Amino acid sequence: MLWQALTLQLGYNATLVAIGATLLGFAAGVTGTFLFLRRRSLVSDAISHATLPGVGLAFIVMVALGGDGRSLAGLLTGSAVTAALGLVAVQWLTRRTRLAEDSAIGAVLSVFFGLGVVLLTVIQTMESGRQAGLDSLLLGSTAGMLRADALLIAAGGALTLILTLILRRPMIMVAFDEDYAAARGLNIRQVDLVTMGLVMAVTVVGLKVVGLILIVALLIIPPVTARFWTDRTERVWLLSGVIGGVSGFIGAAISASAPALPTGPIIVLTGFSVFAASLFLAPNRGVLAAIIRHVAFQRRVHVRQGLLALAHGQPIYERYTVRLLHRAGLSRPDGVATEAGRARAAKALLDEKRWEILRAMPDHEAAAALYDGMRPIETVVTSDQLAEIDTHLAAPQEVLA
Amino acid sequence: MSGAEFVPLSLTPILIGVFAAIACALPGNFLVLRRQALIGDAISHVVLPGIVVAFLITGTVSTWPMMIGAAAAALLAVLLIEAIRRLGGIEPGAAMGVVFTTMFAGGVLLLERSDTSTVHLDVEHALMGNLESLIWLDAFGWGSLLDPEALAGLPPELFRMGLSMIGVIAFVWLFWRPLKISTFDEGFAQVMGMRTNLIGMSLVAVSALAAVAAFDAVGSIIVIAMFICPPAAARLMTNRLAAQVGWSVIFATLSAVLGYVLAGYGPLWLGAEDSVSAAGMIATVSGIVLGLAAVFGPARGGTQG
Repeated sequence: MLWQALTLQLGYNATLVAIGATLLGFAAGVTGTFLFLRRRSLVSDAISHATLPGVGLAFIVMVALGGDGRSLAGLLTGSAVTAALGLVAVQWLTRRTRLAEDSAIGAVLSVFFGLGVVLLTVIQTMESGRQAGLDSLLLGSTAGMLRADALLIAAGGALTLILTLILRRPMIMVAFDEDYAAARGLNIRQVDLVTMGLVMAVTVVGLKVVGLILIVALLIIPPVTARFWTDRTERVWLLSGVIGGVSGFIGAAISASAPALPTGPIIVLTGFSVFAASLFLAPNRGVLAAIIRHVAFQRRVHVRQGLLALAHGQPIYERYTVRLLHRAGLSRPDGVATEAGRARAAKALLDEKRWEILRAMPDHEAAAALYDGMRPIETVVTSDQLAEIDTHLAAPQEVLA
Repeated sequence: MSGAEFVPLSLTPILIGVFAAIACALPGNFLVLRRQALIGDAISHVVLPGIVVAFLITGTVSTWPMMIGAAAAALLAVLLIEAIRRLGGIEPGAAMGVVFTTMFAGGVLLLERSDTSTVHLDVEHALMGNLESLIWLDAFGWGSLLDPEALAGLPPELFRMGLSMIGVIAFVWLFWRPLKISTFDEGFAQVMGMRTNLIGMSLVAVSALAAVAAFDAVGSIIVIAMFICPPAAARLMTNRLAAQVGWSVIFATLSAVLGYVLAGYGPLWLGAEDSVSAAGMIATVSGIVLGLAAVFGPARGGTQG
């Protein structure tokens, strides 16, 4: 069943939804990257919660006009209107008062959501409102979806994605370096407005698939995940889009494969699995890579300190150091230096002395800053400079009886 | 509205609403100043999986296991956010977004997969609360306030919420000075020998406690709204912290009372027959209060007023 779902063999509607979720996930991943790089990820939370009163109002208006009230296109139009109002409210509170953006976000999301809940209870008391099924927009639900709705979602996802790809260049520039973008003549506020417009589009299209509470996950998790794998802006957005698209596709497929597997939560959990894997396994920024780096560093410190102790003829009490030295063939298991160990120890002591001289020389300030107690001095200075340093070494002296 | 109708049907919900509002608004003052305002939002999302897991373990919808489950989930969320922030070097907002959406998604999935059809446990209830149902059936009028038999029938949420509010008030009162100093000047607080990390953590813990207690009684919308709207509005009224806390309590009380009354009686005045969601209305009223403060508040623009 899952295999059939993954290969798009579960019927026309499920296929449309899976394609729509993939496109939506891709668009959300790309759009979310710009929010994330501008450290405004949670603005999307306010926007998504602000859709609820719009849904309620749209339903009431459509019923009042004698319509069905459940038309998805109508509901999504309404949601876009209040989402825009919510966004304006956040901007206004942040600009015109001294409230910080997080307070503005929290205020807008709770108040708009509260108003939406009031409208939902109004709708429940209306005669046509009893089976309105508006709560499916809270958590997303693609089961038993109408053909037209599935088409709407697929088309909406495609349109959002195309718009995102067309508009990505100025957004990259602003996200990467606001001052530079402004100097190049870009209107920062306009670009921000475009970004937020795309966030709104993603939110509105995602209402039916993911639900308004979880749509923020699609905008936050993929860019955070992508950031683990690369430091280059032009790759982050693409990678983030791919992660979002794959999460959307797998999530929609799993959800279609069995009952009681709500689409939104499955998509979010799929995305989180990718995130968790990246957190641990990513090269360079991942936790595993950091642990390996740390252990390697620790070993170098131990070996270095052990060698210096050998050179000074001091006993080594740290068992781990002895083990490391023994494994490298530099000492016997009881901590007495081998031939190779004595040579390396002498070199370590010489290096240490050379560093000491180097750090006392004002000319070599930049090189001296690289001193960390382990770096071989040859990697920092040229052989000429090394010779100069060696002239400062104390000459051999007569040993007094 | 007479006492015979008001006392059993509206007095206890209003009191519980006011207690919840104050318990959330008090720590909210510091969270807003510390730019951690969205912690209330995150906590109220993550308690869902905690409650569902508690239900799956105990098999019943009873208060204490669920409160413990919710508190455990809140704690787990705080630890996860901190771990992801440190391990991954991710900004706090995004780390929070990752954690609370994932935990909420997990909660919804668990709820859908388990058989909860026989009990009253669903997402909408968790979000919207059920303030209207916390009525005092044993009361017959104002005289019942002195009748021990009737008092025994008060909804238990009233005592829990009252206790939580007293606990929060005690915390803010006892630790006023360290809270104030570490909020405004963390470096100075450290020089004074205060353990600012500990203060920050206990503030989050107290907020979580208030959120979980309030969540149980009134649902998460009120929690999020009360953590932010009254303190934010109060911040636009004054430059002094003590005055700000005072204003926030006034605004929280006003929102709770006015919101409940508008939700319960407003539609009747407009000629409709059924009331609307009290939780939603309370959040809406707090938003209107904030809007008015943002337009007319004497200290809305900055320190110059």
